[in-house]
Amino acid sequence: MNWNSASEFFAMGGYALYVWGSFGVCAVAFVVEPLLVRQRHTQIVRTLRRQVAAEHMEMENP
Amino acid sequence: MSKQVINWFRFASPQAFYPLAGKLVPLFWTLAALFGVAGLWLGFFVAPTDATQGEGYRIIFIHVPASWMSMFIYMVMAAWAAMGLSLNARLSSMMAQALAPTGALMAFLSLWTGAFWGKPMWGTWWVWDARLTSELILFFLYLGFIALRASIDDPRRADKAGAILALVGVVNVPIIYFSVKWWNTLHQGSSVSLTKSPSMAMTMLWGMLLMALCLWMYTIAIALTRVRAIILEREAHTDWVQHLQEIKPS
Repeated sequence: MNWNSASEFFAMGGYALYVWGSFGVCAVAFVVEPLLVRQRHTQIVRTLRRQVAAEHMEMENP
Repeated sequence: MSKQVINWFRFASPQAFYPLAGKLVPLFWTLAALFGVAGLWLGFFVAPTDATQGEGYRIIFIHVPASWMSMFIYMVMAAWAAMGLSLNARLSSMMAQALAPTGALMAFLSLWTGAFWGKPMWGTWWVWDARLTSELILFFLYLGFIALRASIDDPRRADKAGAILALVGVVNVPIIYFSVKWWNTLHQGSSVSLTKSPSMAMTMLWGMLLMALCLWMYTIAIALTRVRAIILEREAHTDWVQHLQEIKPS
């Protein structure tokens, strides 16, 4: 184990800004990208559902 | 032709691939999480402090995997694009389309973490040296591919134009890889060599490899998720899409 305490871990031997600046941005990116992609999928499914439902209604009550 | 081969080609159709991708996605998320936890544990708690760079070197555990992935994704993207171009296969072009944003993200993260590593060690966020500049060009190639696709309305024509751009850009990948050998750069040489014995501690090497596997699994998971959205967008007019469970009116 390299660290004696949590504060020592977060201080990263004086390199906190650089280490956490790197890992932090990557962590944000790897959370945001999946959310955006999932949103894209939900969006197209919603659009298609609306389209198909509209067609059905037209067929049932012409 | 054996039965195996026929089964394999079946998944070249978006209709067959859509549900398969949906089933595979959770598997790759799980693998990414497992490799990520193991890699971060090794990188932060097991790998020793570096003799010259102190704790600052730990950026290596994200910088090198992100850089590897940025180059690897480009090669895979170009291969899918080439297949789409030569075999006129829709799904191949969709795979290339699905990989581009993640490749761009990896190239960006490679540059970003590189800057955050360069500042404390070299004293500068950025230098115009061969390694950094060629990686920046890779980032622009991804953006160019995305922008070119977005500027063409007909997706099949966008596939073709994008494929040509992607294939021309392939020449940049070996330039990035060998730049530290061909030019005198500020950037250090390769971290891992296949021909020489490892120059770093085994725990550091393993931490880096596990993080690379994590990003690899992440990329597969995100690309499969994105290609599912792309399939629906581009096949919206087809019968099979309109009869999907999640789209049929209940």
